[in-house]
Amino acid sequence: MRIVSTRLAFALVAFAALVAVGTAGGASKAKTTFVIAGASDPTYLDPALVSDGESFRVTEQIFESLVSLKPGSTLIRPGLATKWGSRNGKDWTFQLRHGVRFHDGTPFNAAAVCANFNRQYNFRGAFQDASATYYWQTVFQGFKHNDSADLSPSLYRSCSTRGKFTAIIHLRRKSASFLPALVISSFAIQSPTAMKKYGANKGELRSGTFYPTGTYAFSHPTGTGPFKFKSWVLGQKAELVRNNRYWGKKPRIARVIVQPISNNTARVQALQSGEVDGADLIQPQDVPTIKKNKKLKLLNRPSFNVAYVTINSSHAPFNKLAVRQAVAYGLDRASVVKSFYAGRAIVANEFMPPNLFGWSSKVPKYPYNPDKAKSLLRSAGLSLPVKVDFWYPTNVSRPYMPNPKLNFEAFSASLEKSGFSVTAHSAPWRPDYVKHVNDGTAGDLNMIGWTGDFGDPDNFVGTFFKTYSPQFGFRNSAIFNILQKAAAETNLAKRIALYKQANIMIMKFLPAVPYAHSRPALGFQRSVNGYVPSPVGTDPFAGVYFGGQ
Amino acid sequence: MLRYLVRRLFLLVPILFGVSLLIFFWIRALPGSPAESLLGERATPALVQTYRHRYGLDKPIYVQYWSYLKTTLSGDLGVSVASRRRVVDEIKARFPATVELTLAAMVFAIALGVPLGFFAAKRHGGVFDHVSLVGSLLGISIPIFFLAIILKYIFAIRLGWLPSVGRISVTIEAKHPTNFYILDAIIERDWSTLWDVIKHLVLPAVALGSIPLAIITRITRAAVLDVQNEDYVRTARAKGLPPYTVDRRHVLRNALLPVTTVIGLQTGLLLSGAVLTETVFAYPGMGSWLRDAIFNRDYPVLQGGILFLAIVFVLVNLVVDLSYAIINPRIRYS
Repeated sequence: MRIVSTRLAFALVAFAALVAVGTAGGASKAKTTFVIAGASDPTYLDPALVSDGESFRVTEQIFESLVSLKPGSTLIRPGLATKWGSRNGKDWTFQLRHGVRFHDGTPFNAAAVCANFNRQYNFRGAFQDASATYYWQTVFQGFKHNDSADLSPSLYRSCSTRGKFTAIIHLRRKSASFLPALVISSFAIQSPTAMKKYGANKGELRSGTFYPTGTYAFSHPTGTGPFKFKSWVLGQKAELVRNNRYWGKKPRIARVIVQPISNNTARVQALQSGEVDGADLIQPQDVPTIKKNKKLKLLNRPSFNVAYVTINSSHAPFNKLAVRQAVAYGLDRASVVKSFYAGRAIVANEFMPPNLFGWSSKVPKYPYNPDKAKSLLRSAGLSLPVKVDFWYPTNVSRPYMPNPKLNFEAFSASLEKSGFSVTAHSAPWRPDYVKHVNDGTAGDLNMIGWTGDFGDPDNFVGTFFKTYSPQFGFRNSAIFNILQKAAAETNLAKRIALYKQANIMIMKFLPAVPYAHSRPALGFQRSVNGYVPSPVGTDPFAGVYFGGQ
Repeated sequence: MLRYLVRRLFLLVPILFGVSLLIFFWIRALPGSPAESLLGERATPALVQTYRHRYGLDKPIYVQYWSYLKTTLSGDLGVSVASRRRVVDEIKARFPATVELTLAAMVFAIALGVPLGFFAAKRHGGVFDHVSLVGSLLGISIPIFFLAIILKYIFAIRLGWLPSVGRISVTIEAKHPTNFYILDAIIERDWSTLWDVIKHLVLPAVALGSIPLAIITRITRAAVLDVQNEDYVRTARAKGLPPYTVDRRHVLRNALLPVTTVIGLQTGLLLSGAVLTETVFAYPGMGSWLRDAIFNRDYPVLQGGILFLAIVFVLVNLVVDLSYAIINPRIRYS
């Protein structure tokens, strides 16, 4: 028996030694491969058919749009188009870059641009489902033939070419948000030849969900970008390789691997152990861990969201401006941002982030002032304390609101000091809370927020306040009109002025109180350089390099 | 034996029908729907209604069940609301991962548990017995996710000996014709990949195997204690057979019968999805997939995935029942 025990012990020790030795040899990784961890797999790799950040994380490297964003900002710069313009706001002319080829070797030209826009415009059946063409429907509303009465007439009318390198997109109405929206990967230019060859236009609805039946979206995405698609193993990795025939500055890294790790802690641990070079969606509670580790570093994604406290103006006494102002003065926003965002947020004074054009520094400010709040309530003819039904969500952490309960408790305490008597009301985020907020049945006050889809003010203030919404319960034609006018204005300078004015009007009227713009964090190995996080979440990897390469 | 097998297979039909009913109504009893999960802040009443219509959730419940039953019987488990993949394709990709992890965990548990239980029984009342008892209690009472986190912290993060996430290093380029990575590496004679896959299995398998290890140790110990006092063992000893032969042929073989039952049940349970372990190690198997599906209210995934696992569980138990006859020839099925 002793012999058996000894053999077992020997075997275990030998195995442990092998594991240790084997790992030491196998852990090294060529420094031309950049491994970044996201939260999940892409949906598909046909950017026209997706709307989620994890898909865009990959498609952004393979495909390019006519216009692009200056890294780290929402400012538009040339992409596949070198120049663009419109005399009437309806016919947009794009001068295209010469000498660009798709990854399959076919040339990029005006015909390819029109083929891409016409492809989406002509979508029928399953492709008109919002699960397939969310961004086309957001930006262009409808299709050539709308299969559903719910769809609006299309903003897009047609596309024409002038020579090989001039494409003209014709709209039915003037639109200003059209151009900033073109940076979305959904409007990237794909190889018409590859799309035809691999059945990109084949798809159907299964169990109510759009599903491409061709192989293009899974195995053959073909663009003009700095990286080419190599492989995709579901649940494990999407792999890209450098496009050595890229028209622009060629990437220094030869290979990119995007690894899905849905568990937040596991993602950080993979970074700590060196298995990945970068990790997105770092939670505030993990920030100190990364900061303390000498091998790691943090990068900030510029704020592109807003957390706010809704005030339902249809409920008395919140239909009175003085009472809404009292709420604004009674919310200790600075303390909440300081205490519960781990240094990863700034106090919001309006409903769009500061890096977006149209943001105004001249909006009225409402610093925490309990005495002023009380005097405003008294001036409104109310006796103190004023009852307020205040809702907050449970079972949720949003980028703009990592811990709703703590935020609520702090706000509740500051409101109590400011002449209000708070009745707390919570509901699970799914399904009750958001539904009640949207229906206008989530109390007098409630906490919620928004993350932008693309870099246009209409996607922030326009979404909230362009028309009547039960959530806010007010009808202010001046605010509605200026936001509608700004959305249609094609002169950028005039548009910026309109949004600045609108932001001032909104903050005077106070349909809600914005309180935080959070800065999501990304973690990297210290050796990673050249990574510039984008506010809209679509980070380019072409500039990444290791150490002193 | 054959008649028994056929009868058991026929019994699958009512079992699976019952399971399908349970899953269908349980999922719909959960608060929320895919519409709210998908839309988040954008869940306006009109959009929610559109999504409910799209998924057929606005139809009467019996119509929904009938539609689900029809498509399931035709072999179509639907498309995942979250990943937009066919559920069948996801099962094909993920089930092999769970099988590999389960087998690794059970190999670990059996390879350690049976000898530990055996030696504990042979040294009944001694230090080794007491140590194994404490070890077993710890194995059962430490939550798997806690053990997983500790193992990961020590061996992956502090020491860097083993990987912390995934099933294979993402930088490795390997062919996966069967999706069983160990088998694939052996078929391709790719030994470095085989080693990498084994390294990825070690920590999750140890964490997952900790409970079966504790149970197997205790059951083996109890069974050996019972068997070694049986008349036939005493007779074998009296005949002058060497102790090693008595232990191997008479004690261990008979003691393994209850152990086999436990092994079968534990294997079935682990195959049903090691949710916590797979989540902690970001291991792309059935468990982490179903966990995400619950959060997303991904009805097709939950319905298809759980039904598939129910079939697996029933079949594993059938195999266990049949294995009794192999281990103990006195058992006959008719």
